[in-house]
Amino acid sequence: MDTLLAMVEGFMYPNEVELQWSVLIVLYPYITGLVAGAFILASLERVFNVEAVKPTYRLALLTALAFLVVAPLPLQLHLGHPERSFQMYLTPKTDSAMAMFGFVYLWYLMAVLVLEIWLDYRRDIVLKARSSTGFVRGFYQVLALGSDNISPRSLEIDERLGRFITIVGIPSAFLLHGYVGFLFGSVKANPWWSTPLMPVVFLFSAIVSGIALVMLVYMVVSRLRGKPIDMRCLDTIARYLLYAFIIDFSLEMLDLIHRMYEADESFKSLDFMVKSRLFVSQILIQIIFGTLLPLGLLALTQVVRLTEMARKNIYAIAGVLTLIGIFAMRWNVVIGGQLFSKSFLGYTVYKMDFATREGMLPAIILMVAPFFILWGLIRILPPWGDDAPPSTVDTE
Amino acid sequence: MRELFKDKEHLVRMAGLFGVGLLVFVVLRGVLIPADFGDLGHYRASALDDNSSVELRFAGRAACELCHDDVAAERAKSAHRSIACEACHGALAVHADNPEAVFPERPEATPLCVACHEANVTKPAWFPTVIPDEHSEGEACDECHMPHAPGFEEVGSDG
Repeated sequence: MDTLLAMVEGFMYPNEVELQWSVLIVLYPYITGLVAGAFILASLERVFNVEAVKPTYRLALLTALAFLVVAPLPLQLHLGHPERSFQMYLTPKTDSAMAMFGFVYLWYLMAVLVLEIWLDYRRDIVLKARSSTGFVRGFYQVLALGSDNISPRSLEIDERLGRFITIVGIPSAFLLHGYVGFLFGSVKANPWWSTPLMPVVFLFSAIVSGIALVMLVYMVVSRLRGKPIDMRCLDTIARYLLYAFIIDFSLEMLDLIHRMYEADESFKSLDFMVKSRLFVSQILIQIIFGTLLPLGLLALTQVVRLTEMARKNIYAIAGVLTLIGIFAMRWNVVIGGQLFSKSFLGYTVYKMDFATREGMLPAIILMVAPFFILWGLIRILPPWGDDAPPSTVDTE
Repeated sequence: MRELFKDKEHLVRMAGLFGVGLLVFVVLRGVLIPADFGDLGHYRASALDDNSSVELRFAGRAACELCHDDVAAERAKSAHRSIACEACHGALAVHADNPEAVFPERPEATPLCVACHEANVTKPAWFPTVIPDEHSEGEACDECHMPHAPGFEEVGSDG
């Protein structure tokens, strides 16, 4: 506390000196954003019939599931008492946006993601159960809910229902992440957060980060499997990434220009903060290296004819920069919103611990965990249908 | 018709699974939510009784002033008049209940004083603050200041 006080500049109210929302609260919108974005990429193929992105359809769904499972963990760690979180479902407080998020989460997890993955994989699950023995067979039989029916008619029904769920899933994914933005955007005491644009900005940045993530996962997984990357697919994903990014960047600039032109009583204080304490994370990392540079790189691939190798490298660099940039955006929203005094007369700093409950170590573990879960999901439900002809999917 | 059902059977099973989940949830709700939840607001009404049955540790200022009326009169005019007795002297319900048998210890003044009066950027300019080491060089605060009536005016601007 004394070291914090020494770094305070100007006047802070006593309860503002130490930040209450830590790096874990940065991770929470970041991870939910990746989920929503990955799902929206998957729905491109299913609902909008973008055939080119088909190779990533299942991978995107599994990625979304892997990250969605981890999404509430930062909140649990931050709040403590995870055993009490169930109360949120038992006695829902309907006029609290934060409390009702549990239902949005559960709806998205169970009614959308799990159901869609199950319907899409059902044929594979049944074939796997048929072709294996012992424990593995039992496991896949349970996954198939004991059903062995993969007649063309039943699969057609699955397909129709799956499509319907995806259609419901798109507004659900919008809801999931728009909701996170809403939570920040509705904090009227905080001018850094309080804007009706917040849910929309969060949503588009989510789409951007999710598309970038699936693109990178697809590239890495293809490499690990020693399979060639489907360039038509990769080019299409990169193009959608560019489009989503342009909308996202426009919205963020609209917010910025609106703030500058409106210049309300908080503006001087926030402007100073962006130019001082947030300069590195906002101007350099988020805007220049995390947005303008990947936007430029992706735009380059659209106007200049490049070799396959060059395009792959550019996509990889642009994807990594995008993920860093969107993380910086979440950081700047969550941490930035707590660095200035509500008196607009002073600034504090955020000191991140390392191996504490809300420190850097749990944050790193939470960020890595979804990749292990994804690896496990891929082992159980291989997303590539290209390995074997339909009747002998049992090869792995 | 039977053929059609056969092709939807797995969906019925999944719907059944969701139904079971929902049923478990409803039963859990019935079992786990306390009967008086929501009677008075979004909380368990009997929580109020639970809290009020906890043994009191603080006697409250009125109880102190019943006996210590001299201190009360002294404090009434001082800058410290709004501070509760037990904020410095600690929770003393045991003493108030049994004033002849339980005697509180006299608190050490300096740590209590600096809790409020140590210089800190977040404190408003009108509030008297000092850097203790520079101000008293280790001398206890109550060597010069009387905690019950600090009397800033008489002591001077350095508080």
